[in-house]
This record gives sequence, structure tokens and C-alpha cells, in this order.
Amino acid sequence: MDWASLIRPLLPEIIMITLALLIIILELFIHRKETIAMFSIATIAITAYFIPDSMGETFGGMFISDGYSIFFKYIFFINLILTVLVSIKYLKIERSEFGEYYVLILFSTVGMMIMASAGDLIVLYLGLELMALSTYVLAGFIRHSTRSNEAALKYFLLGAFSSAIILFGISLIYALSGTTLIYELPEKIEASANATPLLIALIFLIAAFGFKVALVPFHVWTPDVYEGAPTSVTAFMSVGPKAAGFAALGRVFIVGLTPTVIQWQWIFIVLSIATMAVGNIVAIQQRNIKRMLAYSSIAHAGYAMLGIVAYSPEGVSAMMNYLLIYTFMNIGAFAVVIMLRSEEFAGEDLDEYKGFAKKHPFVAAVMLLFMFSLTGIPPTAGFIGKFYLFKALVENNLTWLAVVAVIFSVISAYFYLRVVMYMYMYESEKEVPSLSLSPALGLALFITVVYVIVIGVYPSPLLNFVRVVSL
Amino acid sequence: MVEIIFGYFAITILIISLLVVTSRNPVHSVLWMLLLFFHVAGIYLLLNAEFLAATQIIVYAGAILVLFLFTIMLLDLREEMQIQRFTRGWPAGLLISTGVLIVLITGLKGFKTTFVGQWDIKEIEEATHTKALGKVLFTEYLLPFEIASLVLLIAILGAVVLAKKKLKT
Repeated sequence: MDWASLIRPLLPEIIMITLALLIIILELFIHRKETIAMFSIATIAITAYFIPDSMGETFGGMFISDGYSIFFKYIFFINLILTVLVSIKYLKIERSEFGEYYVLILFSTVGMMIMASAGDLIVLYLGLELMALSTYVLAGFIRHSTRSNEAALKYFLLGAFSSAIILFGISLIYALSGTTLIYELPEKIEASANATPLLIALIFLIAAFGFKVALVPFHVWTPDVYEGAPTSVTAFMSVGPKAAGFAALGRVFIVGLTPTVIQWQWIFIVLSIATMAVGNIVAIQQRNIKRMLAYSSIAHAGYAMLGIVAYSPEGVSAMMNYLLIYTFMNIGAFAVVIMLRSEEFAGEDLDEYKGFAKKHPFVAAVMLLFMFSLTGIPPTAGFIGKFYLFKALVENNLTWLAVVAVIFSVISAYFYLRVVMYMYMYESEKEVPSLSLSPALGLALFITVVYVIVIGVYPSPLLNFVRVVSL
Repeated sequence: MVEIIFGYFAITILIISLLVVTSRNPVHSVLWMLLLFFHVAGIYLLLNAEFLAATQIIVYAGAILVLFLFTIMLLDLREEMQIQRFTRGWPAGLLISTGVLIVLITGLKGFKTTFVGQWDIKEIEEATHTKALGKVLFTEYLLPFEIASLVLLIAILGAVVLAKKKLKT
């Protein structure tokens, strides 16, 4: 095998790592952190340029660059760009303006890319660890805030447990099949002969991935960590690691563990119902908007899980579609929360949104759009995402599950629309604070708004694309 | 003979692990753990994995344990010894892990004891484990190896970020 074909599928990752390392060095000389932020966006632009050319597999199938992984890589890039845009001003307000922030976000994204492309369970684990380790540090990035420290520590300890659990699961899979290559697993696993140990291995893998994508009952860390971490990092964490987790889940379970589908499908059905139930119902009680969005992100993990439960190409493409849409609407909502954060104002309590629409009609309208989209009201993108997920369920004889999911979506309307109600229907007792605007934040908001509307009104290009690249 | 040695290591590891988690004094826990690491290294030796055995002692007993001892120096030992060793939910944990153990034992037949690839026991014995591991690590498993190096880089970067002086107060 010659060098070129060995390296080609990996080229985007290699370029991205090289540029990220370069940024570490440049950070020493450049004191304007905005420049570093621009460099990280440029890094993504350069990497994205090499992506379409990278199709293929390398290292004996350990690393696969196919349509599926490329789609997820684009999600990660969008996630990164939007996060960087909303971070610049926010970090200044929080007095934590370090260039390393952008480097860590870049490396975390490299980890996600490796996860999406992993054709081998060991590579998958290492990608997961690279992603997670960077996010632990990011969660504790505001060092002078005890809340942020607490979030980082909790995330780290529980994340370390989940790493141990996934390794145990992988070792059991290896003991039963003699291989760690995901594409070799279906023929090597004898599902009927080893039903019980295989079930244990499956449960370990599900627990560890469930932790990463925050499925109930592995979600306990989510509200605390999302609330305590810097809001920009929360936006990043609630999309990137989740999408990467789903990318890995899809490949491992739908491709690698197909022989055991009867065993894992019902586990996933139970987990997704529990996740939607807990996420949506507990969110109703939340007064802190970051906590509310944390529970909402748990609920959305439950919806996305339905795509895997459906166990069909349509299900997987609906899940991919949903995760992309979720990226835009969720980061958009967090961007508005970040706008409210100013030097003397936290902007996290629901009461602080009272009378918001009168003073800032435009931003309130934008928040309204995101809340509608998260609920799944047409003509926003959120509706399209949910519609195709439920459609995939119905097509695969799981109509009852689709009905359950719709009921939970209706419940979710209560707490999403409550934010809208506070903004539009209540008068503020105190003075409504001014927004901390910046061009970058405005650009992020513009991008998210445009995509939430465009995908909602004209979804067919995206739908055609995910149909082609589905597993 | 090999079975007796393995049995010794296996049973001792179990007993020591119990002592690690039940000792009231954290320093005792760490010292038991030191003994544990040596016994795990013994198991590696039985498996013809002398490189892993050496790494186990150098990295775990040498580096990680020293780190643990440093951490314990920061604790208030007297107060620490008053604290309940286990949380109230420990019987549930015991129940679940025993269940997992039973299921794994009943499924023991399903585990494959063969090897994959060119390196069987004879060849490893001939070429030495260090050489075999090195060859595999730098050819077949080069990619995971390189990713692991990135993980280490992030660990350094993270430590620097979290420990460096404040930018402004």
C-alpha cells in the first residue's frame, strides 16, 4: 500500500491537528484573542476543503471516511464555528479569555471526527477520550467560578467511570468475537450461542454511550454540568459530543451488532421513552434557563434515539437530519442566553426574561423562533426533524412509539412556550437589561435563524443528501 | 504448576482489592494498591507479556501511585478516617456486580481463547514480547497509537490551562 492512499482518508484530521498545534504556538505571540478565534474558524475552513476528497478507508478498516462520517463531520464543523462565534464576547465578560479555549475546542472536534470515522472499537474509544478530555477542561474553563469547577469535576469523575465501562464492554465484545473491527463483528459474533455474556457487553456499551449522549438513566450529570459550565461551552457540549455519540452508536449498533438487534432494540425503546419522559417532564419545573435547556437536550437525545430504534436506513437518515437541525436551533437558543449575560447580569433566571419583547423585539422574535423550532412547530426546521423521525418509526411498524413521542412533544410545548410567554406577556418589575452584542454573536444568530427557517421551508436538498449518505 | 501460580495471583488480587476499598486509612489503601499492582504484573508475566509487566510496575507503581500519595498528603487524614467508607447504596451495587459476575461465569464457554493475527505464543516466545508488541504497535495499530499521543497532549494542555495564573482578577 502506498503512502498516498494510506493517508488520504485521514488527511482532514491531520491538517486540522497540525493547524491546531500551530495555534498553540501562535497563541504565545498574539494577544488579541479575536485573532485566535478567527484562526480556529480558518482551520475549519481549510479542513472542510479537504473533506470531500477524503473518501475511503485506511489502516485495514480502522478508519473509514464515508458519506455517513462526512455528514457528521460537517455537523461538528458547524457546531465549532457557531460556538467560536458566540464565545468571543462571552469569554471577555467572564474574564476567562485564554487562547487555549479555541485549541481545546478544535481538539475536541478532532476527537468527534475520529469517533464518527472509527471502524475499530479501539480507535472509537480513543476518539471518545480525546473529545471527552477536552470537554472536561472546557467545562471548568472559568476557573474563578466554583460552579464551573464543580461542573468540570463532576463531568470528569462520571466520564472516567463511563470510559471504564465502555472499555469493559469492548473487551467483552473482543473476547466473544476475537475482533475489534466494527465491520467484521456481524460475521464473528455468534448471537445465539453467547446470548447472556453478549447481553452484558451490550449493556456496558449502551451505558457508556448513554452517558455521552445523556440518555436516562445515565443523564444525572447533565443538568449540573450544563448549568455550571460556561454557557458557550454548554452550547458546544449539548450538540457536539451528543452528535458524535450518536454517530458512534449508529455505526456500532446498526452495522457492528446487527446480529443482536433483537436484544438491543427493546433496550433502546425503553431508554428512549424514559429519556423523553424525564427530559420533558422535569424541564417543566426548571426556573433556570440553562437547566431547562439541559433537560430539553436530554429529551432531544430521546427523540434522536428513535432513529436508531427504527433500525432502518430511513431511521438513520432521520436521526442525522434531526441532529443537524438540532445543532442550529439549540446553539441559536444558547446564543440568545449568552446575549443576556453582561458584566453585572447573569441572564439565566426565567424571571429575567419578563418584558424582554418590549425592549428587544428583534431578539425576542428570534428566541421565539428557536423555542417554536425546539417544540417542533411548523414551518420551522424542528418540525421537519421530528416529522421524519416519526415517519421512520411508522414505516417500521412502531406506530405506538411515534404516538408516545408525539405526546411528549406536546408536553414539551409547555416549557418552551413559557419562555415566550415570559418575554411577551409579562411586564418586568425591574429594568430590562441591555444586551451584550457583538458582530460575531450577531453573525451566529443570523446563521442559525436562516437555517432554522430555510430547512423548515425548503428541506428537500437536506433530505436528499441524508438519504444518500445514510448507513 | 502454572495453575497454582495463577491461582495464587488471582486469589491474592481479589483479597487485596477488597482491602484497598475497605481500609479506613487512605495511606493503607494506597499501600495495598501498590501490592495489587505488583500482583497484576505477575499475571502479565504468566501471559508471556513481560513488557506489560514492566510497564505496569514503572507506570502504575512508580508514577501513578506517587501521585496518589501526593494527593493524600493534601487530605486531613484524621477527618478522613471518620468518614463512612461506603455510601448507603452499597448493597445494591454489590447485588448488581454479583449478578454480572454470575452471568459472566455462566457464559464463560462463549469466550474465544484463540488469538488473531500472526503472533501466536510460540512466536512471541521466540521474538520476545517487547519486540512483538513494538512491531504491532508501529504497523497495524499505528493509528490508535498516534491518537493516544494526542490524548496525552490534551492532558498536558488541560493541566496548564487549569493551573496557570489568572489573567485578571
